[in-house]
Amino acid sequence: MKNPIENLNKIFDSRIRLGVMSILVVNEEVSFNDLKKMMDVTDGNLASHLVNLEENGYIKVHKGFIGRKTNTTYSITKAGEKAFKEHIEALENMIRGVR
Amino acid sequence: MSHKVLYMDTQHPPLQTIQDIKRMMERSSRFISLSGWSGISAGICALGGAAAAYLRLNMHHKAVGGVVRYNRYNYDLGVESLSLMRDLVWIAAITFVAAFISAFFFTWIRSRRNGTPIWDRTVQRLAWNTLLPMIAGGLFILRGMQLNHYELVAPGCLIFYGLALVNASKYTLGEIRYLGYGQLVLGTINLWALSYGLYFWAAGFGILHIVYGALMWWKYERVSSN
Repeated sequence: MKNPIENLNKIFDSRIRLGVMSILVVNEEVSFNDLKKMMDVTDGNLASHLVNLEENGYIKVHKGFIGRKTNTTYSITKAGEKAFKEHIEALENMIRGVR
Repeated sequence: MSHKVLYMDTQHPPLQTIQDIKRMMERSSRFISLSGWSGISAGICALGGAAAAYLRLNMHHKAVGGVVRYNRYNYDLGVESLSLMRDLVWIAAITFVAAFISAFFFTWIRSRRNGTPIWDRTVQRLAWNTLLPMIAGGLFILRGMQLNHYELVAPGCLIFYGLALVNASKYTLGEIRYLGYGQLVLGTINLWALSYGLYFWAAGFGILHIVYGALMWWKYERVSSN
């Protein structure tokens, strides 16, 4: 029997990482602060998840400035989009399998 | 393995996970705090404005003793017509400002209650995509008035506003698209019934807004306000 969850991506087990990917897949570029507001998480918590996603090559980081303040924005990579899509397909298959 | 399956089922049921993903996508790309009360209040302002314009046109009708027609065949731009035009422009401006402020007020209240910012990326995108067709339409109507095509003001307002709403529907509650379709239908019919412009205008900006606002309140806010 084929294991229904083997296609699920372990990186997206975390709700925060999954949330970040959900936001970045429909928005071209989102700043750290906007992500923080939308996810309702602390700086440190969000930052560590973002590093994890970046190390896996799922998101790209752009460091910029608004005046003198740093403005870091994030966008999804091709690999990230593919992984996210496969994760959703796996979830859909699980739902179909249960019914 | 069974441990993992159990974990998946209890902590991350797939259906709920997909619903979470959908919610995050919508919340981050659309402005969802648009209040039904904004539609209702804008509609009431529009009806008030239409009534004021109607009374003012009747006054003009009595003063000049002719048939009330603000169309291009009415070239008698005497003192009466000029003051009529000035008053109608004032009524339109006051109506627009009142409708905008009241609509903004209720949406501001709702976005505060939802905890969503009133001026973030989603709002900026929504504002730009709504304003663009409206500014183009406004210039078109202004030029039409300069050329004495007053009969095109009402259908012009309805059609460009309808297009603005259909465009806006990608950046806020999707249902606003149907309000846009309604305005487009009214504006198009109005093009072939030009002397009834004020009635079409009142129906589109007044009644459709109120109906839309009431439906949206019923669908999204009724529960949370209890």
